[in-house]
Amino acid sequence: MGFLELSHLQKRFGAFAAVEDFELSAQRGEFVSFLGPSGCGKTTTLRMIAGFEYPDSGSIRIDGKEITDLPPNKRNVGMVFQSYALFPNMTVADNVGFGMRVKKQPRDAIRKRVGELLELIHMPEKADRYPYQLSGGQQQRVALARALAVEPQVLLLDEPLSALDAKIRVALRTEIRSIQRQLGITTVYVTHDQEEALSLSDRVVVMSQGRIEQIGTPSEIYNFPATSFVASFVGTLNLLAARVVDPSAGRLSVEGQEIRAAMPVTGAGSGEIVSVALRPESISLGEGPEGRNRLRGPVTDISFLGSIVRLRIRLGDGPAVSLDTFNDPHLTLPPIGQAVTVSFPPEASLVLDQPAGAPGAGVASGE
Amino acid sequence: MRRRRGSIAWWLIFLLGVLYFFLPLVATLDFSLKAQPALAAYTNALKDPKFLTSLLYSLVIGLLTIAASLALIVPTAYWVQLRVPRARSLVEFVTLLPFVIPAVVLVFGLIRVYSRPPLPFTHTDIGSSALLVAGYIVLSLPYMYRAVDTGLRAIDIRSLTEAAQSMGAGWLTIILRVILPNLRAALLSGAFLTLAIVLGEFTIANFLARPAFGPYLNLLSQSKAYEPAAVSLISFGLTWLAMIFIAFLGREARTRIEIGGAH
Repeated sequence: MGFLELSHLQKRFGAFAAVEDFELSAQRGEFVSFLGPSGCGKTTTLRMIAGFEYPDSGSIRIDGKEITDLPPNKRNVGMVFQSYALFPNMTVADNVGFGMRVKKQPRDAIRKRVGELLELIHMPEKADRYPYQLSGGQQQRVALARALAVEPQVLLLDEPLSALDAKIRVALRTEIRSIQRQLGITTVYVTHDQEEALSLSDRVVVMSQGRIEQIGTPSEIYNFPATSFVASFVGTLNLLAARVVDPSAGRLSVEGQEIRAAMPVTGAGSGEIVSVALRPESISLGEGPEGRNRLRGPVTDISFLGSIVRLRIRLGDGPAVSLDTFNDPHLTLPPIGQAVTVSFPPEASLVLDQPAGAPGAGVASGE
Repeated sequence: MRRRRGSIAWWLIFLLGVLYFFLPLVATLDFSLKAQPALAAYTNALKDPKFLTSLLYSLVIGLLTIAASLALIVPTAYWVQLRVPRARSLVEFVTLLPFVIPAVVLVFGLIRVYSRPPLPFTHTDIGSSALLVAGYIVLSLPYMYRAVDTGLRAIDIRSLTEAAQSMGAGWLTIILRVILPNLRAALLSGAFLTLAIVLGEFTIANFLARPAFGPYLNLLSQSKAYEPAAVSLISFGLTWLAMIFIAFLGREARTRIEIGGAH
């Protein structure tokens, strides 16, 4: 049994199903992220854990104790908001100590704990400042310290970095993870940013239209997406429509060119169309060693993306397939229009659960 | 050249505004000083014990009105904004009713309902004063509600409330420690507008036969020539002092919220 247990959570707003049959069991000290596009139900689920929304059915347990119907102020759950939500009339120290004052803890204990937390967020000298005198990043660190002050059983973070600029986001997310590891607090983090979710989490819950698409470690989510939605939402991906030639041998045909999957194809018979997911970084220019899948077509585009270069190669009449290669000053690239052969190992081609709608190829990006 | 012409027009409008507001005051001051000796109207007014008692009575009624209005309006406006934002237009309509229903209608309604059993409020002084406060709460509703509502809109009350709840705070703690302190400027402006209304109100106080400042001023104008002008200027001065007090107290809070909300 997990420390945080969400069982069959359902939530509707009128006719709109915000969350459907949500199941999660998080271990003590685990960092779990809810990842998905806007309106997928991730924030609603978080708000149900916090007590700001009540589920229509299902239950929420923390450390074995049922909290589904408890009001938010009786749950001992800390929350960090996207908009910081610091109290404008209070100093940094008063903000951090607010929860302890509400719980009528001794003044000396509050002062000591506030001091410790301000040290933890590297802001001891800002104790007497007001929120409006701090930058966005500093305000969010204070909000984190304030949420931790009451020693919550579970820490909830609702897109805490969304309002910050790119550099501060990266620095602050490292800080959040380091503090979370230091305190060993069970944490649920909501984000629509896949990089954030993958870099921070022990496990990621990918959601779409109120449902869980996949739960897994960042590596599982990225390398073995369970559905075409996960595959397309997380990272950049080529989605190739392929005709099944021999399901038991994993043989497929993409625009008349045969490739092989590492595993037998299940759920589709010979002649049926399936989706094959292929990461751009797993494809190389050239024929490569024996045993690799090979596809051939003309180069249609070359883009420099800093550390990588992305080539697009047209396969037959369908859209182009992308491949990434590391940028190198000595890199020789084929000219646009030249036909090239690209290769990838059979284990890089992942046959997804849902058949593709029509023959062709596409590139999906979760960036 | 065009900029200079615009600047002249601006100054002209400003001057017209100043004349519109201050000429009547200057005329009143001039008239009040016509008594012999020059400050006799002021000394007579201040010497009259009824001046002080009626002013004090109205101040006490004003403070009670403010306290009752705040107790009624702050939780209502807060709840409407937080939980039933769809009801906002209905509540706004209700708060505007005092502009449509004349004070005389209101006071006759109050007298008719509360001058007989089971609620014979008008039979005692305290009961009549309570009715006066109730009437003033209604009269000040448009000003007080708007001031509070504007103050609430200037802060993110939903997030602040949820943040406080997640730290264990109940509703009373949230309103007293989180919401009210951030509404200081709005509450002060609503409070002093209410006080200004109460100090100058005549109809309700007169029909309820209360010894308030408005009826006193009216009575004075029927029997004296210069003193009403002097008393009007004194009450005007008191109101202005109140306004300066608001601006002074509200300045710091407003700056804090505006800068804090500018991220």
